[in-house]
Amino acid sequence: MTMVHPIAPGTPPAVPGPLLSVDGIEKRYGARIGCTGVSFDLWPGEVMGIVGESGSGKSTLLNCLAGHLAPDAGRVLFDTRDGGMVDTVTMAEPARRRLSRTDWAFVHQNPRDGLRMGVSAGGNVGERLMAVGARNYGGIRAAALDWLDRVEIAADRVDDRPSAFSGGMQQRLQIARNLVTGPRLVFMDEPTGGLDVSVQARLLDLLRGLVREMGLSAIIVTHDLAVVRLLADRLMVMKSGRVVEAGLTDQVLDDPQHAYTQLLVSSVLQV
Amino acid sequence: MAGVDVTLGPMIEVRGLSKAFVLHNQDGARIPVMAGAELTVRPGECVALTGASGAGKSSLMRMLYGNYLAGAGSIRIAGVDVATAAPREILQLRRETLGYVSQFLRVVPRVPTREVVAEPLLATGTPRDAALGLAEGLLARLNIPRRLWSLSPTTFSGGEQQRVNIARGFAYPYPALLLDEPTASLDAANRAVVLDLIAEAKARGAAVVGIFHDAEARARVADREVDVTGFSPDVAA
Repeated sequence: MTMVHPIAPGTPPAVPGPLLSVDGIEKRYGARIGCTGVSFDLWPGEVMGIVGESGSGKSTLLNCLAGHLAPDAGRVLFDTRDGGMVDTVTMAEPARRRLSRTDWAFVHQNPRDGLRMGVSAGGNVGERLMAVGARNYGGIRAAALDWLDRVEIAADRVDDRPSAFSGGMQQRLQIARNLVTGPRLVFMDEPTGGLDVSVQARLLDLLRGLVREMGLSAIIVTHDLAVVRLLADRLMVMKSGRVVEAGLTDQVLDDPQHAYTQLLVSSVLQV
Repeated sequence: MAGVDVTLGPMIEVRGLSKAFVLHNQDGARIPVMAGAELTVRPGECVALTGASGAGKSSLMRMLYGNYLAGAGSIRIAGVDVATAAPREILQLRRETLGYVSQFLRVVPRVPTREVVAEPLLATGTPRDAALGLAEGLLARLNIPRRLWSLSPTTFSGGEQQRVNIARGFAYPYPALLLDEPTASLDAANRAVVLDLIAEAKARGAAVVGIFHDAEARARVADREVDVTGFSPDVAA
């Protein structure tokens, strides 16, 4: 299904529209609400943070957006390279799989979920290139080495398996594997969760640089308000499956309007 | 007021602005902080906000930047109503039009000082070498030792962080600039540099809103003063 995104009267048609347009997403687990009534637009180059406590529905929402879970209602329109805005919920499975290997990337909290632990670091990066049709061995190896360098993994580790890497290195390798195909939208589920604070800082610096240099759009689910303050332009706060507040990240954190957001912000320990 | 061209329309225009905080987890207490605020700043003009501590100078400044949500009224900056604009519009305004030098430096750990300062230029498409060159020029002017440029400012002294913050705020030629105590905690030499930077910004046509506790600094750069005590909700009521 292809649809043209509605253009407001008076807007020049040359103005590009949102990259992702989410409309009324709902997911239920039996009678229980996973998430409901979620709608937002994400524009090219924007980073959106989603915060909320465990069980607030933020991971369910992310998985619905990324095509890992089928929502019970709603649309997830993505601005595809050749077809314009297409609903990825109703898209044929092969087309969605292709999207998730090319224009989309997904960074899991646990690198083991996003890496192949029995394959070398270089293989993990090269594999994603081969999945989109790269066949030249020299080119694939060069791209893999370039990406390992960008995520600060030494070239002499290219043939090591990720199981020999530290948690922070595994996470950086997962990022390299995801970004090597030049995606336009990256979904991240607690990308700095489970890492030491010093390792988190290094990863934040890396992610921020990549987002700007590649013009990436990203949706980052986290419970860490410091992470969203530094990485996200916009913020959605979720509670019991619903978005209770959304806005500019610094505005939501410094002048929260909803009772739950006020509680969340005031509960953070100051260092 | 030599630099102010009164034939130009205002760059910043605030009308009937009010604000209250509602503390939902403290019995829903409603704390009004501002009512009926009015402010007009033209290109090339510097307006100093005055009033006792707690009178609402910083709250007004934060509302101009979109950091605090306006309760009612309008805040037009370069044609965008910050009070009602979508986050995307405010982000664009902050990138291209509206700069803000806060009192505190907030940066991603590990990022070198020269990159922190160059960031507003990189974000608006200045080529990397040119952006870093401009950043280094500002750091040198603000007397940040060269050996610190490649280090993260997170471990710098308070005064050094303040100067890094100022360098970042002046790196890109914003048409509108908000300055919250830009000369606080600076020695005489650096204070003079900051006052020169403000004068240069005005000369190129920037509309500046500042909070200056330093009366002498205020007298040097401000064309007008606006006492925010007049916008206190008690006065208006």
